[in-house]
Amino acid sequence: MSILVKNLSKVYGQQKAVDNITFEAHPGQIVGFLGPNGAGKSTTMKIATGYLSPSAGTVEVGGFDVQQAPLQVKKCVGYLPEHNPLYLDMYVKEYLQFIGKLHQMKAAIRKQRIKEMVVLCGLEREQGKKIGALSKGYRQRVGLAQALLHDPAVLILDEPTTGLDPNQIVEIRQVIKTAAIDKTIIFSTHIMQEVQAICDRAIIINLGKIVADSTVAALKDAKGKENRITVEFAEAISVDALEQLPGVLEVSTLGEHRYEVRSEASEDVRAHIFSLASTQQWTLLGLQQEEQTLETIFQNLTQQK
Amino acid sequence: MFTILFREINAFLSSLIAYIVITVFLTAMGLIVWVFPDTNVLDYGFADLHTLFFFAPYVFMFLIPAITMRTFAEEKKTGTIELLLTRPVKEWNIILGKYFSSWLLVIFALLPTLIYYFTIYYLSLVRIKSPEGTLILTENMDSSGIAGSYIGLLLLGAVFTAIGIFASSISRDQIISFITAVFLCFILYLGFSSIAAIDDTTPFAYFIAQLGIDYHYNSVSKGLIDSRNLVYFVSVVIVMLSATKLVLDSRKW
Repeated sequence: MSILVKNLSKVYGQQKAVDNITFEAHPGQIVGFLGPNGAGKSTTMKIATGYLSPSAGTVEVGGFDVQQAPLQVKKCVGYLPEHNPLYLDMYVKEYLQFIGKLHQMKAAIRKQRIKEMVVLCGLEREQGKKIGALSKGYRQRVGLAQALLHDPAVLILDEPTTGLDPNQIVEIRQVIKTAAIDKTIIFSTHIMQEVQAICDRAIIINLGKIVADSTVAALKDAKGKENRITVEFAEAISVDALEQLPGVLEVSTLGEHRYEVRSEASEDVRAHIFSLASTQQWTLLGLQQEEQTLETIFQNLTQQK
Repeated sequence: MFTILFREINAFLSSLIAYIVITVFLTAMGLIVWVFPDTNVLDYGFADLHTLFFFAPYVFMFLIPAITMRTFAEEKKTGTIELLLTRPVKEWNIILGKYFSSWLLVIFALLPTLIYYFTIYYLSLVRIKSPEGTLILTENMDSSGIAGSYIGLLLLGAVFTAIGIFASSISRDQIISFITAVFLCFILYLGFSSIAAIDDTTPFAYFIAQLGIDYHYNSVSKGLIDSRNLVYFVSVVIVMLSATKLVLDSRKW
């Protein structure tokens, strides 16, 4: 089932939290929803799950409009809200039972699915505990199990990995990836590696507007107009000689005998630097090409206003 | 609706709320009806339970808001309300589930007081011998009046619960919900009849008094269940629960 967001806006008083955004997400795709805090990610997700209603525009999930047919939409959406709210006084299994009943799952199927979810989310050892007694990582798994329980075609996860330690983050990502095969997944985050690690496509949103929407690979290419290379030598060298090399735009000094060379992406200046060093008898200690990371792309896109 | 209802009842039972409410209610009523010298039935000498039905509304005025204050306020505070409202469940089911679970707890607290009735019933039996010498037992208690009073108390509990649910929905803070609910219960129970008693309002006294719960409660208590009273109770409940629905929907405005 696909998600169709059309001209969606949400206004809180004077502030436009979401400003006329349009995008689609299709089955088998993990869409990373990126943006700085307060960009409108959560608001968009809350509208898509029928918790809030839009000021303008529509959200369709599997052909159903969220405003017109909220129950049908809610049936096929699995949602993990921000901060992962849970009933701390319930036992893990009891809680999953409760959620299953809210989804009107039949008793036998419910039991079967709960078993599967407990295994999938790695909750075997904790399944008899009260949720209040679980650590944050395990609570997050319970939240995820809850969202996946009714085998939804669409999964909406709002910052599923915040506050987890690195190992837990990797594990949760694994769970999401495992679940992803035939589902449409939208998942918000402000951590870049996350998008690189699991998303097929990234939508970057800033101040309520979409500033980029493409595959992660295309996003990296699009901005790669120049290369940055860090070079380090053992002794003093002539900066001028470096600047004379073909393709070099600028050389700046980073530290003692360390320089950053900005060059055009079309020209690989590393070879030139190496041959220059050998003819000049400089001792080359390091030569490193910086990749244009999503982080810098993200910063570029969200800081310009 | 039943899913929510059972979860709420479980929450009552796994926290101390249910036990404390029932214990406090029964202790207070037990002391008033049987022990305190000014109010106890034994010294009073008449076989009726009017002390129970007179004091119970005042105890309910504090106990019921204590039961209902967490229903929505807690969910709002912890954010679980978002979880509930994004499941395929109608808002009315959530409201009714919470409402009936709280009301059930009130009914459970009230059930053991039936023992008071049977106690007084047996105490008041008078043995009379017929001229032929056989023993005829005659009862001295106005059982239908008491049945009416119980129905009145259940309806009063239903109204207070609805007020409590509404008060809980307007805030994320349980104390604010509690105080709001106590205040609304107080106004509705005593406020209108007191206003009606002011000299200046005498021309409208009859109508103002009818707005209060106590007017209808007292008339049901007599054992005469009039449809007008039932309509009053049911409509207050409906108004309060509809207001709750409105508050829940207001997140979308």
